[in-house]
Amino acid sequence: MAYEHVPGYVSEETSRGETTVVVERARVREAAEYLRDAHGFNFLSDVAAADYLGWGGAGVAGSWGSAGGRDGSSPGSGGLARLPGPKPKRFSVSYHLLSLRRGAPRVRLQVWCDDGEPVPSVVPVWPTADWLEREQYDLLGIHFEGHPNLVRILMSEDWEGHPLRKDYPIGGEPVRFSEAE
Amino acid sequence: MTGRSAAAGVEFPATGAARVRRVSVGEPVYRGTRIPSPIPTILQVPEEIAAAGDVLTVNFGPNHPSTHGVLRLVVDLDGERVVGIRAVIGYLHTGFEKSMESKSYWKAITYPARMDYLCFQQNELLFVMAIERLLETEPPPKAIWMRTLLAELTRIHSHLVWLGTTGLELGAISMFWYCFRERDQILDLMEMVTGVRMHTRYFQAGGLAEDIPPGFAAECRKLIEVMPGRIGEYEALFDRNPIFLERTKGVGLLSAEDAIALGQSGPMLRASGVDWDLRRDQPYLAYPELDFDVPVYPECDVYARYRVHMDEMRQSVRMIEQCLDGMPDGPWIVNDRKFVLPPRDELHTSMESLIHHFKLVSEGYRVPEGEVYETIESARGELGCYLVSDGGPRPWRVHFRAPSFVALQAIAACLTDSLIADMIAIAASLDPVMGDVDR
Repeated sequence: MAYEHVPGYVSEETSRGETTVVVERARVREAAEYLRDAHGFNFLSDVAAADYLGWGGAGVAGSWGSAGGRDGSSPGSGGLARLPGPKPKRFSVSYHLLSLRRGAPRVRLQVWCDDGEPVPSVVPVWPTADWLEREQYDLLGIHFEGHPNLVRILMSEDWEGHPLRKDYPIGGEPVRFSEAE
Repeated sequence: MTGRSAAAGVEFPATGAARVRRVSVGEPVYRGTRIPSPIPTILQVPEEIAAAGDVLTVNFGPNHPSTHGVLRLVVDLDGERVVGIRAVIGYLHTGFEKSMESKSYWKAITYPARMDYLCFQQNELLFVMAIERLLETEPPPKAIWMRTLLAELTRIHSHLVWLGTTGLELGAISMFWYCFRERDQILDLMEMVTGVRMHTRYFQAGGLAEDIPPGFAAECRKLIEVMPGRIGEYEALFDRNPIFLERTKGVGLLSAEDAIALGQSGPMLRASGVDWDLRRDQPYLAYPELDFDVPVYPECDVYARYRVHMDEMRQSVRMIEQCLDGMPDGPWIVNDRKFVLPPRDELHTSMESLIHHFKLVSEGYRVPEGEVYETIESARGELGCYLVSDGGPRPWRVHFRAPSFVALQAIAACLTDSLIADMIAIAASLDPVMGDVDR
């Protein structure tokens, strides 16, 4: 439990050689500052959010079928071998931190939020979070509170919806200019 | 020892693999901080200059030939001085990450190579390594060494294109032809190994798609024999060229402190005097067994970034040579039929293998539930892949940490107090590949 003093500490898990520290959503900036100053994680490598809407919804596949029975027309396809573990909320935001010193220690700082819940921005801690957070806002609709310039970055300014959300269908983009004369 | 270039008629140092200059890294030359406030990536016109009313706003791109693709820079000029800059990206956004979510891992491997199209094999390698972390499998030694070799070939490929286009942008057209001559040789090698010149899809979860073809080592040695001399020729063209030196030295300063705060990596970071390379500091593949140096320059300017690129090419040649010498024998892919195709010859005799082959390709293999963040040192710096699996045959979420995307964030800091004429050299020195930036 190397990270239990991190502000807003919720849980910590090590799997496949990577440590994930989950903190309270509202205290992520404090946690980031603490990890930077007390643990020496001076380099923010990446900010990655994920949408877990419909997580595990594919059900269990195979000849045993799921609770709803087995679909004979698509045997075994698309389903899972076992249901994945539940997730606390719809979105996760993961900050991948790196320390530029011997051994290259890394840690994943993670917060969970539902649609519309703001996550404090870490731009004051690492300026590089500027575009990284803008990208996650643009594609997944995570609202980073206190970001100096939270506008779309990859999609155009008047785009509707957030393409990387699970309820945004592939091929669902509006046909542009169709109403123009 | 000096050689004589027949074409140019100038003396150039025939620096070979054994004669790499060791750089004594002193303190970084430039130490200030120039990250704009409050938005770290946008330089805003100061009020007193805006009030004078002489500011001219120029849209540079998105279709300007020197922007390495479709990058748009909105530049505010006061005379020839850059007083404001804003980078606008997204013109090449293709939704790779979204597309990959609906493809099986088998098919998704084709996508990453198309993001950073100059560094294709390293992107592919990273994604395959992330899958392998989730599968908890280790490729056989031959695959590891071949991956290392091809990753270094790709690094030279990427640096050659960078060098050629940078020369082109600074008015040195001949550099482009020389660089593309060697680049073609590398692509020929790629074609020999994988069947295609770019976007090879040669790396497979668990190893390589096919064995190394006979005769590859001999062809590859032809390249590494000429390469050190060729790098010397490039240097002869640039290092003795007063225009090039004038346009790159002391231009586009980025201090070590700023570079780390802005998440810079790769040549950007090493040109700011930070001695950091994931190949050495976070060893992966066969790098711990290779002997190589990490070039670091403390000058923090465009010229230092050029120097880092040149030295890295030399080091890559050294590494390729060691990979050829140390290439182990044995299988090129793990023997785990859960995710590896049955051998081709079995398909003609075994019905089970044929069905198995069909299922692996059409439905895909299942990857255990979990999340990983895998990183490697690509030609542009730290390339990262965040991969989440729900246990099914398709990735739940893929996110790439694109080094070009992060490098472009430094453009405002680098361009502070510079002239419009320096903008091209500075933008080129960041080495952005727009396919990687916009994904």
